[in-house]
Amino acid sequence: MFIGYFTERPYQDPHSGYFGATGKPVMDLAMSNASYDPKLGADLYHRYFDEKIYAEEMGFDGLMLNEHHSTPFCMGGVMNAEAAILARITQRAKIVLLGNVLPLWDDPLWLAEDLAMIDMISRGRLVTGWVRGTGRESIAHNAASPYNWERFQEAHDFIVKAWTTPGPFRWEGEHYQYRYVNPWAWPYQQPHPPIWIPGVISRNTVKWAAERALPYVMLATDMEPTKTSFDYYHEVARENGHKSGTQNIAYLWKVHVDETEELAEATALKYVQGPSNPFLEGNQGIVRPFIQNLPGMTSRTNLLPTIVNRAAAQARGQLPQDAPKAPGDMFGTLDSQLERMTIITGTPETVIPKIRHVLEYLRPGSVFFWDGDGAMTHDDAMRSLRLFGEEVLPAVREIGKELGLQSSFEVDPMTGEPVPEAVS
Amino acid sequence: MSRPIVPAEATLELPAGKIRLLSGGDGPALLVLHHDVGSFGWTPFHEALAGRFSVDAPDMPGFGQSDRPDWARHPRDLAILLLQMLQDQALQQVTLVGLGFGGWIAAEMASMDHGRLRALVLVGAMGIRPPRGEILDQMMTSHIDYVKAGFRDEAEFERHFSAEPSPEQALAWDLNREMTARIAWKPYMFSHQLPQLLRGVRTPSLVVWGREDAVVPLSCGEAYEAALPHSRLVVVENAGHFVEMDQPAALARLIVEHSGEE
Repeated sequence: MFIGYFTERPYQDPHSGYFGATGKPVMDLAMSNASYDPKLGADLYHRYFDEKIYAEEMGFDGLMLNEHHSTPFCMGGVMNAEAAILARITQRAKIVLLGNVLPLWDDPLWLAEDLAMIDMISRGRLVTGWVRGTGRESIAHNAASPYNWERFQEAHDFIVKAWTTPGPFRWEGEHYQYRYVNPWAWPYQQPHPPIWIPGVISRNTVKWAAERALPYVMLATDMEPTKTSFDYYHEVARENGHKSGTQNIAYLWKVHVDETEELAEATALKYVQGPSNPFLEGNQGIVRPFIQNLPGMTSRTNLLPTIVNRAAAQARGQLPQDAPKAPGDMFGTLDSQLERMTIITGTPETVIPKIRHVLEYLRPGSVFFWDGDGAMTHDDAMRSLRLFGEEVLPAVREIGKELGLQSSFEVDPMTGEPVPEAVS
Repeated sequence: MSRPIVPAEATLELPAGKIRLLSGGDGPALLVLHHDVGSFGWTPFHEALAGRFSVDAPDMPGFGQSDRPDWARHPRDLAILLLQMLQDQALQQVTLVGLGFGGWIAAEMASMDHGRLRALVLVGAMGIRPPRGEILDQMMTSHIDYVKAGFRDEAEFERHFSAEPSPEQALAWDLNREMTARIAWKPYMFSHQLPQLLRGVRTPSLVVWGREDAVVPLSCGEAYEAALPHSRLVVVENAGHFVEMDQPAALARLIVEHSGEE
C-alpha cells in the first residue's frame, strides 16, 4: 500500500472577507487578485512546505501536488516549481504531481525538461501525472477547449518520446511541431518516471489510462461511482491484456484526524469553509457551470457516473447552482459528506475503521489523504499529521496488507508482476 | 398582402461535407450568413428580403445541420468553403449579407473574391479588433445567456424562445458554440490581417450596427467603415446585436436600398 498526503494549498487571507463561513461569496473566476498579498503568499508557501516535510517525517510515502489557475483555492499555479523545491528539501517521499495540465502547454518540450530536472534533483522520486484541467484552466491560460483532449494525447505521446528516444528528432504533429528535439536533461528513472492519470469526469480518460495500464486516481469522488469507474478501468485494462489490480488504481479523499471527536468535527467543518475548492460539493464557493463545461471540453456521451447527471444538467444551462448559496448551506452538506465518507474525521480510533471500510469497498493500492485544506490552520494540519504518523498510518498499512492492497511500487501495473526493487 | 414565401430546404454535397440550405424568393442572388449561435431559421427578415431577392440561407459548415469540417481552424476556412459553394452554383453578382459572426465570414469572402459580389452588407460583424471596448466573451457566460445578450432586451428573447428555451434548442446553441470555439478561440473573434485585406475590396459595402449591440462594440463598425474603401456605416435604433431579429423590416429595407433593388 502506498499512502500519500495532499492539500490544495488555499490562499488564506483572514482579512480578505472571503475567508471563513461568513465571508463574501467565493465565485469561480469572479474574484479579482487586487487584494492578493505576496507577503502572505510567501508565508503560506513556507507553511505548506513545512507541512510536507513533516508529512514525510510522519511516514507518508508520497507528497501530492496539484495545479489550478487564477483561483484562491489552490496556490499551485506553478506546481512544478513547488515540486522542484520538494525534490531538494525532502529525502524519501515520492513527489506526486496530479497533475500537469497538458493541454495548456503550448511547448510540452519545456515541460519534459522541467520534469526530467525534478526527477534528477529528487534522484528518481517523481511520479508525474497528467490532467486535462477544468474549464477554469482553459480560460485562465486561453487554451481552446475543443482541442483539450487531442492536445492531452499528443503532448503525452510527445513527452514520452522525448524522454525515451535519443535526439535529435523532429516532431511534426497536429498540435505540436518541433524541428529539434534533443533536451539536455534525461529523467533519472528509466525509461521514464511513472505516469499516473487522475480524473473525475471523463470516461475517455479512464479508458485511455486503462488501455495503457497507467495507474488511475479518482479525486474525491463519491464511493459508488468511484467503484463503477474502477470496475470500468479493470475491464478495459484486462481487455487490453493487462493484469489490472490494486496496483492500477488510487483514491484521494478527505481525512482529518484530531485529538478529540469535538475538535475533529469542528476542524472538518473548515474543509468547506474559506477558499476551499468550490467545485467540490458542499463547499462555500460557487461554481459557474458554464465555465466547467466549456464547449467541446468533454465528450457529451462519455461522462463517468461520478458527474454525469450534474454535468449533463449544468451543460444545458443554468441550474440553481448558479445562484449564490446561503453561507449556512454547507453545514448540512458536510454532514452528508461525513455520512458518505467522502470526508472522514475523528480520533484515530474512530477514523481507522472508516478508512478500512473505504479500502474494503474500493480496493485501491494507493491512497491520498486530503487534509489541512479550506480554512484549516497550520496547527490543525500539524495535529492531524502527527496523529496520522503515530497511529493511523501504521494501522492503515496493516489493513492494506490484510486486504492485499498493493501499490504500483510493489506490483508493476503494466505486467502485474512484482517490482524487483520491492522484492529485494 | 402577398402570400408568405415557403422556403425550400436543400442539402448541397460539397467535397468538404453537406451544407444545409434554406432558399426562397425571386430576383438577384442574395446570401445570408447567420450568427455564431446558428441560424434562427426562415425569419421575417428573410421573408422581407425574399420579396426582392432569391435568398439563400445556408447553415455554415460546422453549424446547425451542416457537416463539421473537423480540420477547420479559422473563420477564413469557412469563407473558402462558402466561396467554393458559390463557385459550384455559378452565382455571380451576389449580395452578401453577414450577421455578426457571419459578417466576419462574409468579410473574409469579400477579401478573397470581391468580383463575385454586387453588394456587401455586414451587420454587427465580428472580425476586427475593436478600437474601443471588447467583444463579449461567450465562453465566460452560458450559451443561453449569450443568445439573450444578442437581443435588444430579454423580452424580445422570450418572445422568440420563451423564458425557458427547449432542451433541443439549448443543445443546438451549445453545439454551435463548440464550432465557434474551434475556429475563433484565439484571438477571440478578430483577425489582425482582415482590415488590411479589406482595403482591396471594391464592392459597395454597407455596415449596419444596432444602437444597443451588447456583443460587438460600435467601434468595430467604425473600423469596418474605415477599412472598406466603398462603405458607409448606418446605426439602427432600438436594435441589439441581432438587428435582423429586433428590426427585421428596417434592416431589409436598408439592404434593398443598398443593393439598388428598389
